Amino acid sequence: MIVPLGHVYLLAGVVFSMGLVCLVARRNLIMTLVAVEVMMNGAGIAFVAAALRWQLVGGQAFVLFILAVAAAEVSVGLALVVNLYRQTGSLDPDRYDILKE
Amino acid sequence: MTLYGAVFYVLALVIGVSTLLAVTRRQPIHAVLYLIVAFLGTAALFYLLGAPLLAAFMVIVYAGAIMVVVLFAIMLLQRSPRELGLLPEWGPATLLGVVFLAVVAAMVFEDPGSGSVLRAAVARPGNLGHFLFDRYWLAIEIVSVLFLVVLVTLIQLGKREREGTEKSEKRKVEHEEGKFGGEKP
Repeated sequence: MIVPLGHVYLLAGVVFSMGLVCLVARRNLIMTLVAVEVMMNGAGIAFVAAALRWQLVGGQAFVLFILAVAAAEVSVGLALVVNLYRQTGSLDPDRYDILKE
Repeated sequence: MTLYGAVFYVLALVIGVSTLLAVTRRQPIHAVLYLIVAFLGTAALFYLLGAPLLAAFMVIVYAGAIMVVVLFAIMLLQRSPRELGLLPEWGPATLLGVVFLAVVAAMVFEDPGSGSVLRAAVARPGNLGHFLFDRYWLAIEIVSVLFLVVLVTLIQLGKREREGTEKSEKRKVEHEEGKFGGEKP
């Protein structure tokens, strides 16, 4: 006996919505990528709770794939951000206007 | 409340507070450090919810590899990007988050199935591995192809990055020459 399923879902929702607000409101590109990680974390909590509720390991398998996709996404994203910083000297997406030249 | 329940609420408090602190920090490096705490708490939560293999992966991949990659990226940038604050859209964004959370809470409290109490059980890592390679072997292969694509992309980006810096140095030199040429007469 642990806790009702709804409480775990509420925790997942809280974590996901904090990531959502950070993703939309922050100007720093690195913080944007970090916010995506937070959102995937919240989704993973919901998946594991559902796997325990229905006693199926399929939910845990999906968390494994979420982990793999998150690792791929963050490595490519950060490489792009560092590349952009080298070219423009800024982390602000509003400053990326080198196509205007 | 059982012992497991108490452990869950403590872990939920740790995850929530450290994620909130991480999301609101100005300095990205502080955010990353708070986020490591949040991911370690999530790993403990996965262990509590009967997923020991995922708990180990959470520590190794999320708190270990991904956060170190983010730290390296922050260190690669020469200047600390502290001055970047919030977009002017932060008000609507917060409203969006609150509305989303309210909808989630309404759905959870409205659903009669969400009151069912979780029974403690453990999925052994061997069972999960058998299930994965029995049912989702194609997805595993696709993930490995995805990582190959990521590797090629990173090599290409590194190459172009070096060319890009050479070009930008050249551009900088030309710019300075032009400036000196302009100042001479």
